[in-house]
Amino acid sequence: MRNKYSVFSLIKNALTYHENWQRAWKDPAPKKDYDAVIVGGGGHGLATAYYLAKKHNMNNIAVVEKGWIGGGNTGRNTTIIRSNYLWDASAGLYDHALKIWEGLSQELNYNVMFSQRGVMNLAHNLQDVRDLKRRTHANRLNGIDAVYLSTEEVKKFCPIINTSPDIRYPVLGGTLQRRAGTARHDAVAWGYARGADAMGVDIIQNCEVKGIKRNGDSVEGIETTKGFIKTKKVGVVAAGHSSVIANMAGLRLPLESKPLQALVSEPVKPIIDTVVMSNAVHAYVSQSDKGELVIGAGTDDYVSYTQKGSHQIVEGTLNAILELYPIFSRMRMLRQWGGIVDICPDASPILSKTSIKGLYFNCGWGTGGFKATPGSGDLFAHTIANDEPHKLNAAFNLNRFVSGNLVDEHGAAAVAH
Amino acid sequence: MFLINCPYCGERDQQEFKAGGEAHIVRPKQPTELSDDEWAEYLFMRKNIKGVQFERWNHVHGCRKWFNMVRDTSNDEIKAIYKMGEKPPSQ
Repeated sequence: MRNKYSVFSLIKNALTYHENWQRAWKDPAPKKDYDAVIVGGGGHGLATAYYLAKKHNMNNIAVVEKGWIGGGNTGRNTTIIRSNYLWDASAGLYDHALKIWEGLSQELNYNVMFSQRGVMNLAHNLQDVRDLKRRTHANRLNGIDAVYLSTEEVKKFCPIINTSPDIRYPVLGGTLQRRAGTARHDAVAWGYARGADAMGVDIIQNCEVKGIKRNGDSVEGIETTKGFIKTKKVGVVAAGHSSVIANMAGLRLPLESKPLQALVSEPVKPIIDTVVMSNAVHAYVSQSDKGELVIGAGTDDYVSYTQKGSHQIVEGTLNAILELYPIFSRMRMLRQWGGIVDICPDASPILSKTSIKGLYFNCGWGTGGFKATPGSGDLFAHTIANDEPHKLNAAFNLNRFVSGNLVDEHGAAAVAH
Repeated sequence: MFLINCPYCGERDQQEFKAGGEAHIVRPKQPTELSDDEWAEYLFMRKNIKGVQFERWNHVHGCRKWFNMVRDTSNDEIKAIYKMGEKPPSQ
């Protein structure tokens, strides 16, 4: 039985020096046979398992993770959540996720620290202004809260921005989505893991997939470092390593895996109470609850699985940050890291069946998957359980690269690629 | 970030180069005969290998010439560099 977190449990455990908290999830050995196995224990994979158990009564399932849960891109992103995408299909997908975020802490009984502090996107040239106005109109037609701001309104909303007309790329305006914001990324993985585990899902860490066993055109199971696991349904949610798993099954995906970097500063007192993104100069920044500035840099242009990234990418981002926020000129950066992101040619994800029966892929989130975690899990669980996509992810199938029905979101993706 | 030995200019910083993706994808000889599946395969599908991969690079801030590279994408180690049209080394 899972103990509920509450103010009373906090007091009770404080009295025993916090030494008797129940384990949030078990550490089981893999069973021989599951109804479904999710490959990848990041936020998306754990959310998928959670919704499979909760909404589709699939409790004999497992999540296999080669490292530790939330140790990949879930723990490496800059935690921004928004849904102001251009096309109808994307608006449906990302706003579905945003609506789940709004009640997620209560649902999971786990504080994911979801903070609707607003996300502002800046325009620096005439084309930016036109594109952002168009996107604002498209958002509003899709029921997504978005407003266009003048330069003065941008300054009023975030006073530390340099809106002087004589900077290299002056701020000509911006958009604001007030329902957007941030969440604590680790807590999302942990909360979903705890919730899934409570419904009987086996979360198996340090278990790397080595092969996918097929019988003709259907899946029979997976070979892992902890032995063979028999299952008829495999949902792959492996982010930057999706192509590696696909190659095991003899499939090719329209993905390229590239390093994406982020960095944080030393912690300081509250100075920026929103998220500001600028696609044109490639700078985005927010402040964590600990006080660190959280800065997202860009991707390298070559395929790499090294989780490092090039120095000049960080330098370019910091140049832009300093031009926009002269107040940060003496901030010291504490940590820098890279994650491997799987980029699709149209900057939209893939949540899809494949040509192999029982093999499903949830990938291609590229540089912006964190925001979609709850919605992605919910829709992917639906796709696996019913062997059919939900209407919200039907457009994000693999076949769009054959039919030509691409969902081009390069304009709304925060990181140019 | 690493150094690249351009076959025309010698060793230079990787910043001077632009990655051009997977190498040796042959342009279809009879484009009008291709099915949608074959077009998708040619245009979009990539091996995206973790390990030794054959790639095209362009010395965009130098001689602006294209060349091929064999690189291990798991550690960014360059195994071989050869000019366009040359036979790829057997790995």
